[in-house]
This record gives sequence, C-alpha cells and structure tokens, in this order.
Amino acid sequence: MAIVGYLIRRLLTGLVVVWLVATLTFFLFFARPVYTVARQVAGHAATPQVIQQAITNLGLNQPIMTQYWHFLNNLVHGNLGYSYYTGESVDTMLKQDLPPTISLVIGGMVLWLIVGLSVGIISATRARSVFDRVASIGVLVGLSMPAFVVGELLIGFVFQPLYSHGFHFFNTGYAGITSGIGPFFGHMILPWITLATIQAAVYTRLSRGQLLETMGEDYIRTARAKGLSERRVIFRHGVRAALTPVLSQLGVDMGQLLGGVVVVEAVYGLGGIGQVSVEAVDQDNLPVIIGFVIMAAIFVVIANIVVDLLYAALDPRVRIT
Amino acid sequence: MSLNTDLEFEAHQVDEAQNRGGNAPVQGRTQWQLTWRRLRSDKVSMIALAVIVIMVLLAIFAPAVAALTHHPVDFPYPVQGENEDGNPVGPGVNGFILGTDSTGRDLLVRILYGARISLFVGIVTTLIASVLGVTVGLIAGYFGGIIDTVLARFTDAVLAFPYIVLALALAVVFGPSLTIIVVMITFFSWAGIARIVRGQTLSIKEKEYVEAARSLGAGPFRIMFFDILPNLLAPVLVIGTLYIPNAVVFESTLSYLGLGVQPPTPSWGNMLADAQNFYQVAWWYLVFPAAALLITTLAFNLLGDGIRDAMDPRTEKLIAARKMRRRLTRRAVSKGNKEALGGLVASGTAAADTGKKG
Repeated sequence: MAIVGYLIRRLLTGLVVVWLVATLTFFLFFARPVYTVARQVAGHAATPQVIQQAITNLGLNQPIMTQYWHFLNNLVHGNLGYSYYTGESVDTMLKQDLPPTISLVIGGMVLWLIVGLSVGIISATRARSVFDRVASIGVLVGLSMPAFVVGELLIGFVFQPLYSHGFHFFNTGYAGITSGIGPFFGHMILPWITLATIQAAVYTRLSRGQLLETMGEDYIRTARAKGLSERRVIFRHGVRAALTPVLSQLGVDMGQLLGGVVVVEAVYGLGGIGQVSVEAVDQDNLPVIIGFVIMAAIFVVIANIVVDLLYAALDPRVRIT
Repeated sequence: MSLNTDLEFEAHQVDEAQNRGGNAPVQGRTQWQLTWRRLRSDKVSMIALAVIVIMVLLAIFAPAVAALTHHPVDFPYPVQGENEDGNPVGPGVNGFILGTDSTGRDLLVRILYGARISLFVGIVTTLIASVLGVTVGLIAGYFGGIIDTVLARFTDAVLAFPYIVLALALAVVFGPSLTIIVVMITFFSWAGIARIVRGQTLSIKEKEYVEAARSLGAGPFRIMFFDILPNLLAPVLVIGTLYIPNAVVFESTLSYLGLGVQPPTPSWGNMLADAQNFYQVAWWYLVFPAAALLITTLAFNLLGDGIRDAMDPRTEKLIAARKMRRRLTRRAVSKGNKEALGGLVASGTAAADTGKKG
C-alpha cells in the first residue's frame, strides 16, 4: 500500500519537474527574435510580405502568454506541436525515431553494467594484481576519451578496414530487429561499445572502490569466520552492499546518458531522436527541440523513480515512505 | 605479508633519520609543502604535470610555431598541401610536419591553435565553476534549513539534467559562440563542486574551532570564508583538476556536433568532425587531433588522481616503503650478490641487538 502512495507522490513531483523544464525551454526560445525564425523558414530571398505571412502561419505574432497557453494545452493532450518546415507532427517524428534510440540505450546500458561491474569486482578481489593495474589504466583512458572519439576510431580502424575487405557484418545506420537478429547486432554492436566504453569506466572505478571498502568491514570477517565460501562472501555479503552507491550513480547518469546517445547517434548515423534534434538545431526547428527536451525530462524522471525503487529493493535500510 | 614488510622498512627509515638528524631542530612543514613533497616523488604525476606545462606552452606559442613553419593557421595550400586527387598530404610531406587537413592547411599549426581553445575553455570554466560551487556549497551547508533545501534541490536538478540536450537548445537560441560554450559548461560544472563543498561544510561547521570563532563574535561570512574555506581548498583543488578534462571533452563534443567553435576557427572537436569524411585517405587527420585531445585529458586526470593521493597522508608510508625497497634491491643487485639483501637485514637486526644491550 505504501508503495502506491509513494509512486503517486513521485509521479506528481515528476510532473512538476517536467512542467518546469517545458516552461523554461519555452520561454528560453523567446530570447530569440521571431523575425529570424520566420526569415529562415521563408527562405533567404523572401519579400517582407512572405516573412509576415510565415510569422502569421506559425502563430508567432500572438502574445507570448497566448502562445504559452496554447503550447501547454497541446502538451497536456500529448501534442508536441508541428515541425516548422514539413508541418509534420513532432509526436510522429519522435515516435518514428524512437526505436534506434531505445535499442541504443538498453543495449549500451546492459553492456556497460556487465563490463563495468565485472571488471570492478575482479579488480577489487585481486587488488594490485596485473589485471587490476591494466584495468585501472583502461579506466583512466575511458574517463579521458570523449564518446565521439571512440566512435570515430572504431569506424576508422575497425569498421572501415573490415568493410572494405568484404566483411560486411558491421554496418552503420540502423536496422530494426525485424530485419533479423544478425543485421540488428551488426548495426548496433559498435554503437553499444562506444556508449559503454565511456560509461563503464565510471562504474568500474566506483564498484572497485566500494567493494574494496566493503570487504574491509567487520561483517565480512564474520562471514568468512563462519566458514562461508569466498564466492558467497564476495557476492552475497560484499557485492550486494557495494552495489547501492552504484545504483544511485545510475540515477545521476540518466541525464548524461541522453547526451551520450545524441553523440553516438550522430557518429553512426543511427537516426534516433538525438540525431533528429541535432539536425533540428541546424534548421532552427524549435518545436522538434522542445519536444526532445520534454521527452528527455520525462525519461530522466521515470528512470530516477525506477532507480529509487531498485535501491529500496537492494538496501534493506532504505524504506519507501 | 607485504604490509608487514612495508612497516618494517618504515621503522627502519625512521631509525635512520633519527640517527642522521641528531639534535637538529624539527623542521615545520605546512600541509601544502607535505603534499607537494609527496606529489614530487610520484613519477606519473610529474610526467602528467610536465605534459600539461608543455601543452600550455605550445598553446601560448602557437603563433610562433605558425611563424616558424611559415604556415598561417587558416591558410590553405592547394598545391603543396594536397595531392593530385585533392586529398590531404601525409606527415612530413612538403614540410607539413603532421600533414595537412581537408583544405590543405597545416595540421600541426591547427592542432596547436585548437589547444588554445580547449585549454582556455577547460581552465576558465573550471575556475568560474569552482568559485560558484564553493560559494553555493558553503552557503547551503552553513546556513542549512530552507536555504539548504532550495539550493540542494537546484544543485540536484542541474546534475540530473541532460546537458547536451540543453546545449542543443541554447545553441539555437543564441547561436554558437565561445561565450555561450563557456557559460554553458560553467553552468553544468558548478553543481558537482557545490555538492561536495556542502557535504564537507556540514561536517566542518560542527568542529570546535568554528564554535570558538563564533564565541569570539565572528559573523557567519567571516566563519565561512576565513575558518571553513581554507579547510575546503584541498578537496576543491582535486575536484577542480578533474573537472578540467571534463570541460575539455564537453567543448570538443559541442564543437564536433557543430554547436561549439565554428570553422574555420580550429578546435579539436570540429577538426575531428571534418576528419570523419577523410579517414580512408588521411588517417593522420583523425589520429593526431584525437591523440592531442586524449593526451591532454589523460594528463589532467592522472594529475588529479596524483594530487588526491598526495593529499592523503597514508600515501607517504607507501612511498617511503617503496623507495626503501628499491634502494635495497639496487644495492643488492649492484653487489651482484643476492645474499646481500639478507645480510643487510641480518646486520640491521644485529645492530638492534647490540643497541639493546648497550
């Protein structure tokens, strides 16, 4: 019962956050003169009349509060507005471009958690071994590399040579899972690796440090003293306690993750919502960007609720209230 | 086992120091002097520091390099700088040390000019963000209550916000420029520093000396900036050093996406974006800017880790032990006698025995 109340409260605060983000983004865009937008939409050789017409068409001549009210009203009804250029509904545009983004986020996250946590755990249990030293160098390099550099190097020195030698498994662009498991993986593996390389470094370092600290606790000695196998001591008593800070890091990283998604999509031409937004920037296509910002806010809010629930499930000291 | 030997070596060294020192007065060292001493003995940190200094010097003297090579930064060489297909020429060809880029400009000169932007953005944003973060963190941690709640929530919101997404929005509104980049990176950097400073302030403000200052009639701002702040400088220095590479990465990512520094002004990010179209014919165009970027961020990360270790007094013992062990092994090896190591330890024990008897 408590969990229902908790969920309702969290969703309500989440709604406030989304509203704040939407409002801020909306008003932010009014720092830009209306005329410039209309001019761009109407084309460079447009006469003043055509530009005026474009302003009226886009509804930019109405008072700001009227536009804001209109925007909010649409938003509540799940309508994010229409592209300035094609007149296409932003909802449809974003919905169409969601599959690559979702594949990227889920696959990348699974990969980076597996790699990050397992390397971290092995490093901690064999502190100062050769493995640990190599891993810590890898972590530093991962922390220092921007995602787009990893992506470009992978394209330039893995994908391209293989492709030109007739090995066509890896590919850029996006192929949905409906086109078969093989092509899907071929298209997604490099983007997943790119996204995971950057993030795994943070998690390796964090889980190693946490586990080392946990393994020094008295209850670990107790667990060993009562004759538990080392594996059981590490996984049931050590890792479980060390995981909670890793989870809260995951909550913090949700925002960063979307940034990474934008970059990886741009590098590999996956055509997800991140890439569409970057293209929208080039065209000053405001409704698309506002739509992306709002979707990002919703994603961050929901992901954080999920992380907090997991947190409570993992750590018995945390009670949902 | 290894810990035991470490301690033995340490004890040994303390004995030695006492014997050598005799009645010499004990020399006082401040915390910073101690940190610097520990940092100096860490080879990796010193190499990282040297790399950073060289990078900064190269960035400052980039125009001098351009003058030396006679290749102005934005000047294309369609004849010497491109091969017959119109593609970039490789390193060392026609006097281009690192080759040329897509329009036949000197890659070395452009990388060095790119370093100016990267280092400027990295250092300036970190400085501003540190001042902001320290102020917010101090105020939130010291006053507590509603002020803390509001500031802490705001900090959390900034930390959770997808910054590239907002960067997209801002780039549309204001148009990409260096000022916007600096403002944007600063805006997303202060929050992490504020959070750490707040946590530290919460614990420091309960210390007796703060109470003493208050009982002497010091006001809140005096206490915050004269009593608490000096104790926060160490963690802020560490996190600041680690924020510089983040800012460098952020700037290059924005420029890569076309939201940051605009061509023809060179930045590592926009060079790499352009290099993307040429990696089949010009690997150097991709590799050298990427290497410059990686070396810079790696050096700052290594230095930051080194400073953090050096701030930790426990590190001293480890270093002393390592040094001692190395000296002993070297002595043993130079004598060409493996027993020497054992002999030394034995003689040490013997000396200790005689000492006890005497």
